Amino acid sequence: MGIIGQSVTRVDAPDKVTGRAKYTDDLADKSALIAKVLHSTIAHGYVKSIDTSEAERIKGVVKIVTCFDVPDIPFPTAGHPWSTDVHHQDIADRLLLNRHVRYYGDDVAAVVARDEVSAMQAIRAIKVEYEELPFVLDPIEAMRDGAPQIHEGFDHNILAHTSYEDGNYAEAVKEPGLIVIDKWYDTPTVQHCHIENHICYAYEEAGKINVVSSTQIPHIVRRIVGQALGRDWGSVRIVKPYIGGGFGNKQDALYEPLCAYLSTVLGGRLVKLDMSREETFASNRVRHAIRYHIVSHVRADGTFVAGKLEAYSNQGAYASHGHSICAKGAGAFRQLYRYRGACKGDAYTVYTNIAAGGAMRGYGIPQMMFALESHVDDIARRLNIPPLRLRQMNLMEVGYKDNFSKNENYFDSFNQCIKKGMEYIDYDRKLEEFSHDTGDIRRGIGMAVFWYNTAVWPISLESSSCRMVLNQDGSVQLQLAETEIGQGADTAFSQMAAEELGIPLKKVHIISAQDTDVTPFGTGAYASRQTYVGGFAVQQTARIMKERILSYAHELTRMTVHNLDIEDGYIININNSRRLMSLAELATTALYSLEHSRHITAESTYQVKSNAYSFGCSFAEVEVDIPLCKVKLVNMINVHDCGRLINPALAVAQVHGGMSMAIGYGLSEQLLYDKKTGRPLNNNLLDYKLSTTMDHPHLEAQFVENYEPTSAYGTKALGEPPATSGAPAIRNAVLNATGVEIDTAPLTPHVLFERFREEGLI
Amino acid sequence: MAQTKLVKCTINGEYTETMVDVRASLTDMLRNDFRLTSVKKGCEVGECGACNVIIDGECYNSCIYLAVWADGKNIRTLESLLGPNGELSDIQQAFIDEAAVQCGFCTPGFIMTAVEILESGRRYTRDELKKLLSGHLCRCTGYENIINAVEKTMNKRLSEREGE
Repeated sequence: MGIIGQSVTRVDAPDKVTGRAKYTDDLADKSALIAKVLHSTIAHGYVKSIDTSEAERIKGVVKIVTCFDVPDIPFPTAGHPWSTDVHHQDIADRLLLNRHVRYYGDDVAAVVARDEVSAMQAIRAIKVEYEELPFVLDPIEAMRDGAPQIHEGFDHNILAHTSYEDGNYAEAVKEPGLIVIDKWYDTPTVQHCHIENHICYAYEEAGKINVVSSTQIPHIVRRIVGQALGRDWGSVRIVKPYIGGGFGNKQDALYEPLCAYLSTVLGGRLVKLDMSREETFASNRVRHAIRYHIVSHVRADGTFVAGKLEAYSNQGAYASHGHSICAKGAGAFRQLYRYRGACKGDAYTVYTNIAAGGAMRGYGIPQMMFALESHVDDIARRLNIPPLRLRQMNLMEVGYKDNFSKNENYFDSFNQCIKKGMEYIDYDRKLEEFSHDTGDIRRGIGMAVFWYNTAVWPISLESSSCRMVLNQDGSVQLQLAETEIGQGADTAFSQMAAEELGIPLKKVHIISAQDTDVTPFGTGAYASRQTYVGGFAVQQTARIMKERILSYAHELTRMTVHNLDIEDGYIININNSRRLMSLAELATTALYSLEHSRHITAESTYQVKSNAYSFGCSFAEVEVDIPLCKVKLVNMINVHDCGRLINPALAVAQVHGGMSMAIGYGLSEQLLYDKKTGRPLNNNLLDYKLSTTMDHPHLEAQFVENYEPTSAYGTKALGEPPATSGAPAIRNAVLNATGVEIDTAPLTPHVLFERFREEGLI
Repeated sequence: MAQTKLVKCTINGEYTETMVDVRASLTDMLRNDFRLTSVKKGCEVGECGACNVIIDGECYNSCIYLAVWADGKNIRTLESLLGPNGELSDIQQAFIDEAAVQCGFCTPGFIMTAVEILESGRRYTRDELKKLLSGHLCRCTGYENIINAVEKTMNKRLSEREGE
């Protein structure tokens, strides 16, 4: 009966329901100077001149910095672990402020003022003269001859192109009798919409630039601020307090480098830079819109023989996470289904003149799953084979091993998850019943599976560090570099530490905030890595700690450590379970002993050289109002095999949030750009349709718990996977209801109207 | 020079007088002058609900409510919900128990709308509760557990009242 596997309440919840939890803005001193950024009002061009004279006369303005003032040090922003191999380093294509502006919303100048109103007045008073250049918003158009060149040295704006060919595609397609399904699928630009916008503040102290930031990745941001400012990395200190969500947007250096720079040009004065919601949409990161071309050659019995993928990813104006996202999806394509003859992929990531694509929950997999899972249903329809049967014929086999990552499909997770989903939603009965619907309102049921993995090994470094300190009362301070961003990481780590050390959960005091001066090294919240990767670090450190505690217990009890253990906060003799002393007694004695004083602590780093598949599925039930071109989602379930659950209630909550994001991706969310100017059209929460309570049916989350054999505690990815398969499940339910293949997400009434007209439904 | 005005109001049961910039929002006044940092800023144009407070018994997005309008009003924020010995209110405990909290940024606003709902003493259906809560955006929870927390607290209060 351990603490792992129990639905204990969140360790941070009492502070969060009382308002005691402090976020970045809550910590900033009221004396902070306020910085505001002037963003470009053209999509592409050069700043010819900037006239700040009027702005400087505004009372309260302290400093104006323009793109002509900042150091010419290009830096990368992606929240990846640094690579010492120059070929694997992220592309350094950013400056603090830009003379060559590459999207509507690019950063041109910054004002620092005593208050927000003066800062905003000054922003409006700055006059910028631009030399405008042609711009391009679409990746395929950006690859054409004669398209505007966005960054020097990138031919046809191609940031990266990778390809693979398993087997011989040209040969495989020659098999007689193959049926060809050749289709294009489109996914939208969407934004993370964490409710706390990105915010940071900076000041100099003790020879360091200190930045307190709403970030997922404090140690990585430290490195990037150092790079951007041309400073030694040790002279940068990043503090990460509670943050109001991140979802990948804050897995990037956003405005920390600029804010730090502004403080340094003001003698280290406290400068706060707080993004508005409109700026968050326009000038942070977005999810890459990826356009896919998928060609499948299949036998009439449903066997997949040859598959070809082309993916065109809209990178926007700066590299950020770049090609990693498109490449991850392309990698899933060659693994999720078995094309027996050959599988071929070409993935392009292309610069355009929109906001930079970065990490966002799912990292290329929501895009790929929308295209691929739609495609599989389209094949099923052409062949008149039930979509579930077609999947079961062609999905990755149990025992499949990826030779690159060494990931292995140990279990029959897909069938186990599908079975649970079918039972919950009453799939077979509804499939039959809905097939008789003929009126204006038609019901449909659909599903989709997903492929995911855990953490970033072997593409990048995976390591995590942990520190434990024994207090006099037998409680333990627990400190990790892995960040709490709302997902419940602090609670999961506390449960692991309590169980491993043999102490009650309330005796674990996790230090939630990271401070790069004192927090041991680790890379932070992304890639659904923390429970898996951090688990190794907690386990290893707790075992070192326990050994030290028991060795001190040996001194006090004269019993061999092999007969000792810790249980519920007491040192026990394992042979008779007798409690010998409390951990509090031991800790107090150890600290204050005049014979042998010892402050018992442990710290260690664990480098992880494994990864783990995480699979599952979504089922969705819809009602489609054909004349109104509206989809109503009436029922939805996600089933995940993420290994053993550390905290079932928090796992369910995590799945709910991912499903919600998938519902928006499938039905309502898209950031639109004006084709004439490149201006974002709906960069606010009124016009950008984030799902509300009214847009969700009951969200059902279930699990299959196959203990992950590579993992410290049997767990694997759950952070991102819930956001990956919901949208195609909804799309396939609409296909089931109407017989119309909708190949563009989100399935808005505008899209449905066009398609229903084409198909003669209206 | 920015114009200022004296605002006299009751905040969380305490009578206060403070000079405010006439351009300031109530969010700014509560956060900056009274350090009531449960009042969150998520959009500052009344779209997300993170800054929701109760003014004379009714919920408002304080970001689009001028500080000067608060003159003579009775304002309640999340900080007012704790009992005399610092104990959590039932709705706060329900948010913890139902795992309705993730990043926590939308939580104060949601809880204050829940307080308004609960204090009405009315029984709402789940669909009605969803509509009443729809002015708040949350990106973490899919709303499921938030609705559960409000519904369970409502049922508990109503059954306790009926039991009396």
